[in-house]
Amino acid sequence: MNNEDLKNKITELFPTATFEEGGEWVNIFIDPAQWKTIAERLRTTNELAFDYLFCLTCVDWKTHFTMVYHLSSTIHRHALVLKIKLERSNPEVETVCDLWRTAELHEREVYDLFGVTFLNHPDLRRLFLTDDFIGYPLRKDFEDPINMIKL
Amino acid sequence: MIEELGTTSEGYMVINIGPQHPATHGVLRLVMTLDGETIIKTEPHLGYIHRSIEKMCESLSYRQFVYVTSRMDYLSSHMNNHGCSLVVEKGLQVEVPERAQVIRVLMDELTRVASHELWWGAMAMDLGAFTPFFHSFRERETITDIMEETCGARLTMNYICPGGVMADLHPDFQKRVKKFVALFKSKFHEYNELVTGNIIFQNRMKGVGILSAENAISYGCTGPVARGSGVSSDIRKLYPYEVYNKLQFDEVLETGCDSFARYMVRINEMLQSIKIIEQLIDQIPEGEFQAKTKAVLKLPKGEFYQRVETARGELGIYIVSEGGTTPYRIKFRSPGFSNLSALPHLVKGSKIGDLVATMGTLDLVIPDIDR
Repeated sequence: MNNEDLKNKITELFPTATFEEGGEWVNIFIDPAQWKTIAERLRTTNELAFDYLFCLTCVDWKTHFTMVYHLSSTIHRHALVLKIKLERSNPEVETVCDLWRTAELHEREVYDLFGVTFLNHPDLRRLFLTDDFIGYPLRKDFEDPINMIKL
Repeated sequence: MIEELGTTSEGYMVINIGPQHPATHGVLRLVMTLDGETIIKTEPHLGYIHRSIEKMCESLSYRQFVYVTSRMDYLSSHMNNHGCSLVVEKGLQVEVPERAQVIRVLMDELTRVASHELWWGAMAMDLGAFTPFFHSFRERETITDIMEETCGARLTMNYICPGGVMADLHPDFQKRVKKFVALFKSKFHEYNELVTGNIIFQNRMKGVGILSAENAISYGCTGPVARGSGVSSDIRKLYPYEVYNKLQFDEVLETGCDSFARYMVRINEMLQSIKIIEQLIDQIPEGEFQAKTKAVLKLPKGEFYQRVETARGELGIYIVSEGGTTPYRIKFRSPGFSNLSALPHLVKGSKIGDLVATMGTLDLVIPDIDR
């Protein structure tokens, strides 16, 4: 499916999704509450068949977080970028590690470095840092006067 | 949940493997729950070499951040630099001279051979065979010598930069690469005689560490790990960059899904890389080795994603730019990280003696996983 067809199909399936221009792939914004149902349909609909989650990350925009999911299909070879806006005070989103198993470690990484909580994640704890580490280093307001050198 | 070391209430034994263990090739720690010799559960503990490269990159300019990435997957540092350069060039819409493109591909393929050689030697050493290590290093040394001559370094080369390559090729480059290709071809049969055809080796590899194609995709496995399960995942073929679409080479696919299939993929990939090198070495076009770029690079506002095929699989570089001189956010989707996530699934239910053999076929580089 090319980007235009993909856009039409997604508008048909998820009328609430909003599109964002730019980039080489289709970018969509969705509501965090709908994420799980949308993810399931993206994975199981035969025409879409997004079976490969190749990048999962988070961006701190100072006012809010954006979860970014890069999805691709190994059958149809199309790709989709899915974004979810999260509140900064209580970032919470449903886990998808039962749909794409690679998400388990990637979500733990995001939890570790951004402090985003993934609901229903089977084993959510810090991945790289020690359990007693205070703060989330990849947030823009993270301060470490001893180890960080400001350039 | 973290298991306490010792014995659990069910009578299982919980032990540590690593972080200092010769078979983990770095500081990987695995907490294993064992029933006698059978593996019940494996839990990787990471972070012993976490340097937060992503955070560091946020304060480095688009020229500087390329060099940090050599320290991620140090066995394919050219490919890491290559990916970073490509994403910056994509943002700036710079056309790279053809000479630089060919040099980059040549360097990539030489690195791939060097990386697979090291893996092959270390893999055999994991299984208790010491001699193959010297055989593989004999050839690998000639590659590092070639790299040293042209790039000035043997491991973290930092040779590929946004716009092209740092310096022109050494005058002896072509001669020495041809010499290496001849040497490699004359010695390659030894690899198969020493290890591949060895019946003890085959018995330890066949039918061990089964990863189905469906699971390989679900775990996000790429590179030789996915191709050993028959999943087509070669970025050079699927999303060609530089001159790869003009070259004649095959994507190596095996359908065995076991450790031996992953082993065979890497062995045959070396031959494919040699094939690419042979095609290009006499065809290096004349011209500039670097495009003219500004001294200070500024990417336009937006998001950029580029993937390259490293020796371990798909490396993705995701840059969010706010239009400044430094990236606002950068994410490296490292191949080793996803490949490692399949390890607990691969070794579940097998004997602890097979753990090292299976882990060897994943070809883990820990700084790539921790970043």
